Amino acid sequence: MALARLRADLENLVQSMYKEGVLDNQFAQIQALQDESNPKFVVEVVTLFCDDAGRILRELTNHLSQSDVDHYKLDAYVHQLKGSSSSIGAHRVKLACADFRQASDNKNKDRFQEALDRIKCEYYLLRSKFQTLVELEQRISACETNQQLQNAMYGGGSTQRF
Amino acid sequence: MGMATEAQFHVLAVDDSLIDRKLIEKLLKTSSYQVTAVDSVSKALEFLGLLGAEQKDPNPPFVSQNRNQEIEVNMIITDYCMPGLTGYDLLRKIKESTYLKDIPVVIMSSENVPSRINRCLEEGAEEFFLKPVQLSDVNKLRPHLMKGKAKEDEPNNNNKRKGMEECLSPDRTRTRYSDMEVI
Repeated sequence: MALARLRADLENLVQSMYKEGVLDNQFAQIQALQDESNPKFVVEVVTLFCDDAGRILRELTNHLSQSDVDHYKLDAYVHQLKGSSSSIGAHRVKLACADFRQASDNKNKDRFQEALDRIKCEYYLLRSKFQTLVELEQRISACETNQQLQNAMYGGGSTQRF
Repeated sequence: MGMATEAQFHVLAVDDSLIDRKLIEKLLKTSSYQVTAVDSVSKALEFLGLLGAEQKDPNPPFVSQNRNQEIEVNMIITDYCMPGLTGYDLLRKIKESTYLKDIPVVIMSSENVPSRINRCLEEGAEEFFLKPVQLSDVNKLRPHLMKGKAKEDEPNNNNKRKGMEECLSPDRTRTRYSDMEVI
């Protein structure tokens, strides 16, 4: 059954992300909030996060490339990213942000760059896995809709539920 | 969904983070609250009719239970750290307002700073939640909302120490966070 296979793939992906520390338990809270009234909640939150994180990283790169670095601005952006990472359960991105803020105590530009690179590295890793997650969620959703249509047309049969 | 509540409580949520706004909105709706979410304190004040209108308009739209057609806010939940006016500023303005001072206010923060938590509680915040906010936190809101509706004035000290307890726990990292301007 294609649907069962897709669900298994999604579950395996999420479990591997937990295992690697890429996600923490907060992500499970987000999954738990998805229900029939909002069946695309996880995809929406993940998409919001990635758009927001992408924007912040562009701003950070931009500010760090300037000759006169505004440390308050940098810190404010990283604070934002740390906050959203925490809210979505992006564990390693969150930790990388915390490291960046520690690096800001010593205003050494090289250390900043190193810490920023680490944030980017963790974020791109996460984003890649999130892309797969979103694809799986969308395919599952399409499959379920199709199955519901089939049931409605031909009657009988059991609809698989979560 | 079929949760049998008399009337729906209306919560005003204030947070500059898009993701956090989405989360708090979902958490509140899951608990059967009606939600209005805004991204700044000034928008919250505008919504509450406090932005310059207080003197001019003797009948602010938010006010009484008797005026069924008007907007009623039963609780305000706000992030602490925001650009411009902070959640603490909002708390103070609410408590200073003749019309709004009895609306329960809850503060959220990603930072566990005991002095901050104490300041908010002393200023009249009902609860202080550490982010990320959980469904179990939102479940603590109902008694405050019921109290507001019933117009009782009993002190409720059971859940105010969450932030302090977390602070004493060894696996929580305390960020050295000196108050800075968030731009």
